[in-house]
Amino acid sequence: MKYIIAVIQPDRLDDVLDRLEQKEIHLVTVTSVMGRGRQKGISQVYRSHKEAGSLLRKVKIEVAVNEEFVKPTIEAITQGARTGNIGDGKIFVLDLANCVRIRTGETQNVAIG
Amino acid sequence: MTDLINTGDTAWILCSAALVLLMTPALAFFYGGLVRRKNMLSVLMQCFMIACIVTLQWAVFGYSLSFGPDIHHVIGSFAWAGLKGVGAAPNADYAATIPHSTFMIFQCMFAVITPALILGAFAERMKFGAFCVFMLLWASLVYDPVCHWVWAVGGFIRNMGALDFAGGTVVHINAGIAALVSALVLGKRQGFPKKISPPHNLPLAALGAGMLWFGWFGFNGGSALASNGLASSAFVVTHIAAAAAGLTWALLDWKFNAHPTMLGMITGAVAGLVAITPASGFVGPMDAIWIGIGCSMVCYFFVAVVKAKFGYDDSLDVFGVHGMGGIWGALATGLWANKEVNAAGNNGLFYGNPELLLIQLKAVLVTVVYSGVMTFVLLKVVDMVMGLKVSEQDERIGLDLTQHREAAYTQLD
Repeated sequence: MKYIIAVIQPDRLDDVLDRLEQKEIHLVTVTSVMGRGRQKGISQVYRSHKEAGSLLRKVKIEVAVNEEFVKPTIEAITQGARTGNIGDGKIFVLDLANCVRIRTGETQNVAIG
Repeated sequence: MTDLINTGDTAWILCSAALVLLMTPALAFFYGGLVRRKNMLSVLMQCFMIACIVTLQWAVFGYSLSFGPDIHHVIGSFAWAGLKGVGAAPNADYAATIPHSTFMIFQCMFAVITPALILGAFAERMKFGAFCVFMLLWASLVYDPVCHWVWAVGGFIRNMGALDFAGGTVVHINAGIAALVSALVLGKRQGFPKKISPPHNLPLAALGAGMLWFGWFGFNGGSALASNGLASSAFVVTHIAAAAAGLTWALLDWKFNAHPTMLGMITGAVAGLVAITPASGFVGPMDAIWIGIGCSMVCYFFVAVVKAKFGYDDSLDVFGVHGMGGIWGALATGLWANKEVNAAGNNGLFYGNPELLLIQLKAVLVTVVYSGVMTFVLLKVVDMVMGLKVSEQDERIGLDLTQHREAAYTQLD
């Protein structure tokens, strides 16, 4: 089992969700976050005082999958989020120790999805 | 005596009083939107608390100190304390065609909003108890005397011939200088100037500014104390000056910061309203444009350049906007006042009377010195008795939680 975290541009979210759905990956958690990469953010000005903080709005997607879904998930996110510009985002893949479905108490692989 | 009451005048001044009252909650949202989310309620609370405290002070003795029978040209007596004799019968000295109580309640709203203006300078760091005590003292020992000098029969600045239609000296310079002094006495917020987060809700600030603009028609238009041509003239120039100043600030932002900003535009509009306040009953509509343009230039310079250079933490630019806008407006009255607009006024420099400008300058200086010195003394006294500033820990957590045990916005349902 893997835990996949992707940070993407907010306006790519709908595309990414559609592509995940096409590959029958339903379990998704989405959060609105602030972040930055090498591209930095857009500096803001309030009454002529420039703000040092330079974070941009991003969307974080979290997906827990069994091994056979790792590749399709990464493909779906990449295809949905890629524009070819800097700032398209990153995908992180982590090992997942366990998963519990709260309603039934099922654990491990059967609990995902 | 009640036969003298004019129903149109009375209706307009009662409505104006309500319009001016609305400016205090409007200011609360203007200021509230500009602070960090952890201090939102503290600003709203301070504004509403002032409305309550100063209204009671005004009814019990403040109105009498301000407008009561003159003592040596410096203060009113206690003759009208508890609003004794302030009823339906007009007082011809101030407004011959409306009930005395109507004049009193209209003026009450000015007494409320003036101290409220100051709080933007020390936002996000003052103890609430100390705030309440300071504001009661400031209303009684600074606002009431200055109001008496400028507007009451017998007041010495009024006797000098200084013109202040709706409160350039009494309200804006008075509050603006008190703001600068309190920013200096309380000191900076932690992290100022580099590590202070930007305004937490600019749409609320814009809503507040819009409501201020709306209420200002009562502030200036109502100061004619009648429903007549002068009220209309004041209404018109108020609107024109605000528009000119809002546009000017946006253009200055565009030129010097590459982009016009929402915050800049509403700051400019409010500055323009400040500047036209003393002039509104004395200047014509085309001159109001110059007052608006000049005001944004002066205030922009103080907010963008002077504050950065000297590094005082006037958190919401009360000095830069109200103090300097008020000073510009008082002097501009001495430049563009015109007897064709108001025969009871005077001509300014551009209408052949340089003397008025000197009188205006004297009125400004007296207000600046008195407000500055008294604010400093009152703050020091309150600081010695109970301490002004919250602890560093409380400042970090925010005033909403530490002073009021409330949160403006819940994070979860």
